[in-house]
Amino acid sequence: MTEPTTEYAPVNRSKFKKIDMSKLSSHEQTPSAEDLPSCLRVSDLNLYYGSTRALADINLSIPSQRVTAFIGPSGCGKSSLLRCFNRMNDLVDDCVIKGSITLDGADIYHRSIDVADLRRRVGMVFQKPNPFPKSIYENVAYGLRIQGINKKRILDESVEKSLHAAALWDEVKDRLHDSALGLSGGQQQRLVIARTVAVEPEVLLLDEPASALDPISTLKIEELINELKERYTIIIVTHNMQQAARVSDFTAFMYMGKMIEFDTADNIFTNPTEKQTEDYITGRYG
Amino acid sequence: MKKDAKIHSHHISQQFNEDLEEIKNNMLEMGGMVEKQLSDAIDAIITADSGLGQLVREDDATINAMEVKIDEECNRILVRRQPAASDLRLVLTIIKTVNDLERIGDESAKIARLAIELTEHGESSKGYVEIRHIGERVRKMVYMALDAFARYDVEAALVVAKEDVNVDMEYSSAMREMITYMIEDPRSITRVLNIIWALRALERVGDHAKNIAEHVIYLVKGTDVRHIGLSGLEEQVKGES
Repeated sequence: MTEPTTEYAPVNRSKFKKIDMSKLSSHEQTPSAEDLPSCLRVSDLNLYYGSTRALADINLSIPSQRVTAFIGPSGCGKSSLLRCFNRMNDLVDDCVIKGSITLDGADIYHRSIDVADLRRRVGMVFQKPNPFPKSIYENVAYGLRIQGINKKRILDESVEKSLHAAALWDEVKDRLHDSALGLSGGQQQRLVIARTVAVEPEVLLLDEPASALDPISTLKIEELINELKERYTIIIVTHNMQQAARVSDFTAFMYMGKMIEFDTADNIFTNPTEKQTEDYITGRYG
Repeated sequence: MKKDAKIHSHHISQQFNEDLEEIKNNMLEMGGMVEKQLSDAIDAIITADSGLGQLVREDDATINAMEVKIDEECNRILVRRQPAASDLRLVLTIIKTVNDLERIGDESAKIARLAIELTEHGESSKGYVEIRHIGERVRKMVYMALDAFARYDVEAALVVAKEDVNVDMEYSSAMREMITYMIEDPRSITRVLNIIWALRALERVGDHAKNIAEHVIYLVKGTDVRHIGLSGLEEQVKGES
């Protein structure tokens, strides 16, 4: 019989020191908005529909390559503000805009700005998917064809790349020439996103992109937003507070045409400064 | 932003108001039971009442069951309501606080067991003054911490955190005294050791009361004040929010 050994290996304390605390959480602390570069700046923006003032003295810098969410009750002006960024409000007859919005330093409301080019640089996706009644391929290639690009090799490449970027490629690669209207709602919405990114914009505006979709499609869109922010500056309007908390780096709360609070999503959803923000995100009557 | 105890009763959903109110009330009820357990345990050791000690030990099961029940309710609220901001902090605070309360219950049961042992196997001739004194202080700390929670009172929470430092000091001075006594009279070691363990349990109760006070500051101010020292804590409490 062998004697039981009573020797213990000495505890190696030094191994505890090797733990890198920053790696304990994969969640990266969002730096404050002022510390980040910004390509879109809004200053003293006022917007009137006839005699109604829909936006009042908005000042805001949208951080580049981050997701910024606008939240607020219906009629608070978040969609109006979003539509200012690619001059969609130009299409509304009695809409008057004062103040300025600059994209890379240039005022987008200046006379010298080509609106079609601006809308290429600032792409928009709406609540309801709006694919054209064409094939999947032609939907994505549409923007490029408008720009006069017709070479099949370039178009093929761009369509594949954009559909990959919109996480739709694997689902449609065998039926690129089928009608886009045959896709499901979630697929159509991702197709519209592919169409938008095909022209390589700088900013993506998403107006309630997932509110007409089922939970799984919603998650796919959210996952997509997370991937797209590597390359684009994204602004999303949503009524779904949990969605804003999930996808956004920065969150702006608007109320009655005013920007009440703009901060990192972490702060807005755990410890907002303004009582109005707190009341809204926690479902209280103000 | 001004925060008071009524902040959680203005939701559009009446059911949500009631749910939050319910976990708060249940937690405070559990707190009341734990306070009773603690003071009974201290009484049991001081008055050498093994019957009372036995009661405290039996009631510990109720405290444990309450912890589980309140945790379940908090889970349900997290899943069904996805609370945010102050609501989220309330639920998190309660989850943490019931944990500390349950531990105070455990310490009380430990003191009760020591009371029974001391009663049945001969009392120590020293240490009761210290137990009465430190016991009284930590009892007050637990009471104040729960009161601070009920009233969202960060100033009171700060007082509790400060008091913990005093309790720690008194604990080490009592400990030195007990050691001196054991050296002088080695026959008393077994009994004095029981007193030491009871003192140790009381000191731990003080730590848990301090934890609860820190949770209250988190609840009201939204900043995590653990492990930042007393001066940092004071800064957070006095600071504008």
